[in-house]
Amino acid sequence: MKKQFVGLAVLAALAVGADAQNKGTIKIVSQTPLSGGQSKLGTAIKNGVELAVQDFGQLVKSYGFNLVYEPYDDQANKDTGVANANRLINDNDVLAVVGHLNSGVAIPSSEVYAKVNLTMVSPANTNPLVTDRKSTGAVTNRVCGRDDVQGPAGADFVITTLKAKKLYVINDKTAYGEGLAQAFSARAKALGANIVVDTGIEAGERDFNTILNRAAVDKPDVVYYAGIYDQAGPLLKQMRAKGITAPFVSGDGIDSSELQALGGSDNMKNVYFTTTSGPISSLPSAKRFAERYKAKFGMDPEGYSAYGYDAAKVVLTAIAAATKDAKGMKPTRAAVAKAVRNVKFAGITGAVAFNSRGDLPVAKYFIVQAQPEYADNKVFKAVSVAAPTPELK
Amino acid sequence: MTPELFFGLLPITIVDGISLGLVYAVIALGYTMVYGVLEFINFAHSEIFMVGGVLGVELLIWLQKVTAIKDAGEKVIGYSIHPLGALIIALIFAAAGAGALAVAVERVAYRPLRLRGAPKLVPLISAIGMSLFLIDATRFIESLFGQFNRPFPEFSAQPFFSVPVPFLNVSVPIKDFVVLAVVLLMLGGLIYLINYTRTGRAIRAVAQDQSTSALMGIDVSRIITLVFLIGGALGGVAGVLYALKYGNVNPYIGFIPGLKSFTAAVLGGIGSIPGAMLGGVLLGLIETFAGTYLDPLTGGVIDASYKDIVAFGVLILILIFKPAGLLGKAVSEKV
Amino acid sequence: MSALQDKRSDSSGFVVIYALVSSIVAAIAIGINLGPLRFIPLDGIIPDILKTLIFLAFVSSLLLANSLKTSARAKMIVFLFVLVVAIPVIGVSNTQYLDILVNICIYSALALGLNVVVGFAGLLDLGYAAFFAVGAYLWAIFGSQQANNFTGGGFPLNGNFMFLMIPIAVVVAASFGALLGLPVLKVKGDYLAIITLGLGEVIRVLANNLNRPINITNGSQGVRIAPGSAPLEGFLEWLSGLTGIELFKLELLMYYVVVLLVVGLAVILTTRLDNSKIGRAWVAIREDEIAAQAMGVPLVRTKLIAFATGASFAGAMGVLYAAKFSFVSPESFNFQASISILAMVVLGGLGSIQGVIVGAAIVIILNQMVLTAFSNFLADLRRGGLPLPSQFEPAQYQQLIYGIILIVMMIVRPKGLIPAKRNAAKLENLERGELAQKVGKQ
Repeated sequence: MKKQFVGLAVLAALAVGADAQNKGTIKIVSQTPLSGGQSKLGTAIKNGVELAVQDFGQLVKSYGFNLVYEPYDDQANKDTGVANANRLINDNDVLAVVGHLNSGVAIPSSEVYAKVNLTMVSPANTNPLVTDRKSTGAVTNRVCGRDDVQGPAGADFVITTLKAKKLYVINDKTAYGEGLAQAFSARAKALGANIVVDTGIEAGERDFNTILNRAAVDKPDVVYYAGIYDQAGPLLKQMRAKGITAPFVSGDGIDSSELQALGGSDNMKNVYFTTTSGPISSLPSAKRFAERYKAKFGMDPEGYSAYGYDAAKVVLTAIAAATKDAKGMKPTRAAVAKAVRNVKFAGITGAVAFNSRGDLPVAKYFIVQAQPEYADNKVFKAVSVAAPTPELK
Repeated sequence: MTPELFFGLLPITIVDGISLGLVYAVIALGYTMVYGVLEFINFAHSEIFMVGGVLGVELLIWLQKVTAIKDAGEKVIGYSIHPLGALIIALIFAAAGAGALAVAVERVAYRPLRLRGAPKLVPLISAIGMSLFLIDATRFIESLFGQFNRPFPEFSAQPFFSVPVPFLNVSVPIKDFVVLAVVLLMLGGLIYLINYTRTGRAIRAVAQDQSTSALMGIDVSRIITLVFLIGGALGGVAGVLYALKYGNVNPYIGFIPGLKSFTAAVLGGIGSIPGAMLGGVLLGLIETFAGTYLDPLTGGVIDASYKDIVAFGVLILILIFKPAGLLGKAVSEKV
Repeated sequence: MSALQDKRSDSSGFVVIYALVSSIVAAIAIGINLGPLRFIPLDGIIPDILKTLIFLAFVSSLLLANSLKTSARAKMIVFLFVLVVAIPVIGVSNTQYLDILVNICIYSALALGLNVVVGFAGLLDLGYAAFFAVGAYLWAIFGSQQANNFTGGGFPLNGNFMFLMIPIAVVVAASFGALLGLPVLKVKGDYLAIITLGLGEVIRVLANNLNRPINITNGSQGVRIAPGSAPLEGFLEWLSGLTGIELFKLELLMYYVVVLLVVGLAVILTTRLDNSKIGRAWVAIREDEIAAQAMGVPLVRTKLIAFATGASFAGAMGVLYAAKFSFVSPESFNFQASISILAMVVLGGLGSIQGVIVGAAIVIILNQMVLTAFSNFLADLRRGGLPLPSQFEPAQYQQLIYGIILIVMMIVRPKGLIPAKRNAAKLENLERGELAQKVGKQ
């Protein structure tokens, strides 16, 4: 009985390929780390995309296509990311990619996508270089901010609003953390701050005593951390345990309910972070999204889930628009890549639109004040910054 | 760097270094036990350690739930168990679970190779396969409950284990003393077991020469199982201590402490139990000192992220002058 | 003549026919897409996993030709046909497969290099990726504008300098290997392993941190080589215009040719080394260091040559890796990278040249092709109605399957897939007691 069932399933699966009807299959793909230490974030993006496909798949299916979503595991490793990319460009059904989590994977992989005009909408790569390259200019987009916007936004807040003069800047020595820390430090120095310590901590490290002991003596006005919540949580906890009550400021990498879980709800006093994605408490659509996400996947969404959701919505909207332009026929990849730039909607991470190089034209940054419960996080301040357009490299 | 800052940081750096080193030491004991008998690096030990941590934390979370005392408004006002009592139960549970797992790993991945006389490097690769398997299996089981990172539960509003105790002019949280006590207990027990019991003598005999021990009536397979059981149990205890000290566990915590502890075991002389202890504490101290002082002494040119370079640099220096580690016996080569 | 006489055990005809048929089947299944020449009869009809299996069957014709008993001419025909005709045609048509093959070649050369150190000389090296990093950063830094940060300027170098950089990287990596080997020669066995592990980590941490005070490696941000500086760019553009095949496919084909040549060179070199005086000296110190020393094998020199030879392969491939990916960042050279190269060597068979190439191929094919295809297939099955638990997303657990495969392979073939001949001969002799007889006769 069971064997028969499996047999039927195999036939059905084979039929998916053969089920070309008259219009054929359209695939959208996500490439994120689904295994390894960063799998939690990569899975959050994948789940967001899955939910978006469920919600907006009809946009594409209504033209008579068979829509398939395939999640790929890039293992946070550029070998795997590029190998997958080479696989994708040779599958003519793949019209768009949502990915990656790591700029180090996104940059070489997008060079491959660019060869066939396969569009990539990034939910997480804040490294400026991701959209600043001549060779990939037509296909790289992102629904998140840029380090060179987010870093200065954080610095402005720290120097002008919190009136800090003496700063500790700590980064996690990843492309994301170090890039953000550099952008932050440059602006903070320009504003006259004194950066006492500017140091890196290897990713995966959990013992922050060495830096915190010194901070307990130095008493900085603010500790700025550029990295992900899985280190930020323990860092914050150890910092407060050492009696350092200085404000803790960070970037969108700590926008997760895990910050409260790992850092301890009691330690959320004086914790701020910059993000383009408004907190659940301020956006009704985000709240609804969070509830539906939890119902479907049995866990709370991460900040990145929402970006994954919006990125997938961009992709589906663009494919639908390009299909319409192609009079209901399957659009070319180049047409989809072009259509992405015209997409405009109010997403759950804020207003989504693209400038000529695929960045959000005006990023609205929220300074969010963390609360003991993630769902209660409050907008402390909102600033709008136009995305810079440095010369392409 | 001012002398005040330099000397001001000294006591706390020493305390933190020792405390970090103790955690390395317990994990290193697990590596060294297996190595001493089988001369094989059990790369899956870091995952045994991780599973121990996850088991312990899960039990604590469950204990916290069932022992909560609630007032009329369903608000938790206390727990019917002392945090220390809960910790002891979790330690025993994690030790049992991780020990059993280590035995199972040996049965599945190492014993078939040993019986077939595979070259020495082969179990290393099956250990790596086992590592990948254990990480993903743990992740899968946790994901069934929508979980990934598991925080170490605090049993009261005023976390018991974080209460600072003044010691040598610095305040040290209680948990560091708990770690110290557990580690000393483990070390003492292990030394007694190896040196003063019949089983210990059998373990030493198997470590010396397996076939001769078998001729002498020692059940070699049973002894090897026992060694994995003890090594695994130590890993499990270390996992809970790690969770206590750093506040959370997830399926990927094993790798870095595993690597460092293995280094510590080699530093002290792999196969030597006091050596693992010494190596662990020394490595903890070196890392903490490098992390604290590199940045201020070089004016930020060389920052804290170079601390691993210092640690490995010291390791290499020590091994150049003492090729068998600090307390390792100079290998008497059979000619 | 002798090949003809012994018809029963000779498989020349079978192997040639197999190679021919399998490549035609693969070409039909995967399709041919060479610029104006397009022939994709089964586009979108056969599932991806079937294509993957057909491709594997096709590639394994090389393995068959090498392991079955065939005449030298048949072997030559199969190798030339598959490597020079079939793979370029199929690979350019569908770059997914060519990309995999380039990666297999890159890692084969790495595995061959590590095999010299671990397999031949018996020195366990857990930090081999460091030498790979040296080569990769060498080209990344001088092939991009990165070098301007600490020199007078004038960079990036023209892409054709890559060919010059390969021998330079060989020399630099080899000296690096000898230099790192020098202080640690007194240390033996697993102590040596942990030192190499430490040195490997040191190189990675340096790569991750040498962005200040002088920006040499650009730290964790990595170094990007701007496109348009690929080697032979002008020639490839001309060729692309001539044939109508897209430039990027020809670039990949060029990398295929270069890495194949390097692997070929590595195979020849290691084979000759294995049979040379130094090769026997390595085996001697691997089997018994003291006895070897007593017989007059110079320990220090022999070990250093092993380290330097192994490192030089990695240096050469590092350059090609950097050029192919046009992006280099430190996390590619971590401990896991070293370990996975070691896994290729042990899986294939320590000391066996054929074996480690097969090991590299299996690890790369599993990780970059088969497991992905398999998880997509499972996902398709689920869409078709197979009751998999909703938490089990196949793409998430590829590493779990890889782990199980590693364990099972080691248990089934503890001496590796293709054990080294020298080992096998020795063990066989011992089992039959021939050695004892020989000793007795003397």
